[in-house]
Amino acid sequence: MTLLEASLRAVAALAAFLVLPLLVGQAEHKVMAHMQGRLGPMYAGGFHGWAQLVADGVKFLQKEDITPRAADRWVFRLAPAVALVPYLVALALVPVHPGLAAVDVPGSVVLVLAATSVGALGTLMAGWSSANKYSLIGGLRAAAQLVSYELPIVLAVASVALAGGSLSLLGLADAWSPWWLLWQLPGGLVFLVAAVAELQRPPFDMPIADAELVMGAWTEYTGLRFAFFLLAEYAGIVVMSLLFAVLWLGGWHGPFEDALGWLWTAVKGFGVALVVIWVRVAWPRLREDQLQRLAWLWLVPLALLQLVLTGAGVVMGW
Amino acid sequence: MSENEAPDDPRGRGGVPGVLKGLATTARTALRPSHTAEYPDVAPTLPPRSRGVIALLEENCTSCMLCARECPDWCIYIDSHKETVPATTEGGRDRQRNVLDRFAIDFSLCMYCGICIEVCPFDALFWSPQFEYAETDIRDLLHEKDRLGGWMASVPPPPALDEKAAEPGEVAAVNRPARGAGARAAGAAARPPRTVRPRVVRGEEGT
Repeated sequence: MTLLEASLRAVAALAAFLVLPLLVGQAEHKVMAHMQGRLGPMYAGGFHGWAQLVADGVKFLQKEDITPRAADRWVFRLAPAVALVPYLVALALVPVHPGLAAVDVPGSVVLVLAATSVGALGTLMAGWSSANKYSLIGGLRAAAQLVSYELPIVLAVASVALAGGSLSLLGLADAWSPWWLLWQLPGGLVFLVAAVAELQRPPFDMPIADAELVMGAWTEYTGLRFAFFLLAEYAGIVVMSLLFAVLWLGGWHGPFEDALGWLWTAVKGFGVALVVIWVRVAWPRLREDQLQRLAWLWLVPLALLQLVLTGAGVVMGW
Repeated sequence: MSENEAPDDPRGRGGVPGVLKGLATTARTALRPSHTAEYPDVAPTLPPRSRGVIALLEENCTSCMLCARECPDWCIYIDSHKETVPATTEGGRDRQRNVLDRFAIDFSLCMYCGICIEVCPFDALFWSPQFEYAETDIRDLLHEKDRLGGWMASVPPPPALDEKAAEPGEVAAVNRPARGAGARAAGAAARPPRTVRPRVVRGEEGT
């Protein structure tokens, strides 16, 4: 790989990282609005408020950057970056086209899972360093949620890795066949639910729970750092949706995949992101104990069951 | 999610779990047109007889002060003076009539009860549906005579009567045959009007 190619790939990954979350965010604005019988943003940019998030970004830029006096300064300032950067790493690993990912490493499944779990660490740091009781409670809730839902995600992905016989996302996407839609369905559902929980999105947004905790771990943040947390949330949706699309929906598989593979990946990923948005609009927030029950009594056993099913399938040669 | 389906749980009755119902409801709403009124871009459809602003038809006003006195919060200001109308016939008596100098409604006080419009015996006040007259200075909400008269252009025609409603009083009075028409026959048609509308004589004090 020449230096030029490497820098091109890096720039492409960065561009996708900066654009795709905004697309998902705008889609959330509009889809949520219409699901509630509203129109959503209509003015910014002229046509149906397409530039609303750009305007929001400009607004965040102008805000004062406040660090509370009692806060643990360095941790407090570092937290948004810790929340944001891992998703950039994860996004660079996602294969988009036959044989093409921005970064292709062996064992990218492991790396992507590791990166997405680091993201939640940013919330924890923010909660701990803010010197605010709401932030602290939010951070601890985030930690509890992370511990509970990391396991189902890993188990569900392990099932796919077992079925595809590879630890590389490219290899897994290559090995995908439509039969997996049924065979890996329980694991897919587990992954989807656990991914929404991992992203701390409604109905699993107890760490933020604005009615109880103001804004959870983000309470003390202003301006650009707060915007980074928001960007991390939407980048997380992008990463998780693309992962789901690649592992369970076949990524680039579809008609004319040699030419249109990237489009199929994008369409499937966007569809999953729409489901994540839809779920946010439709369902109320779970209670903290319901959250833990769901993880340990339903998702983990279901993921283990899926693992057994996959193992049996692999041994019998389905 | 699934723990919501405990046996004694009233939610999710009828075989469909509540979570799916929620998804269906939001999806259905998303496919329907939204309720948002894009007000400054699209004019709202107001119901008939909307109470936006009060318009004044100055020609009909006799400065009788009924509206000003009935107004619950005293937001109508009327100034007038009397003018003498010279006799129209030889040896007749000079008459006096009221001339309206000032008619103002303070819309920062007005509570849009419409009593002034109800009590006006001469149909000088009307409801107009026009409502876009917000001001940055509260004193500008005091609408003077000319501004109140300007609202007349936006007063809609009165709504049509119901199909079997009685004829309006004015129309009935015109259509009724004159008293004793049968006895006097055709000669009655040439009868002169009972009253003569006095004309204002202007220019007396000007020169």
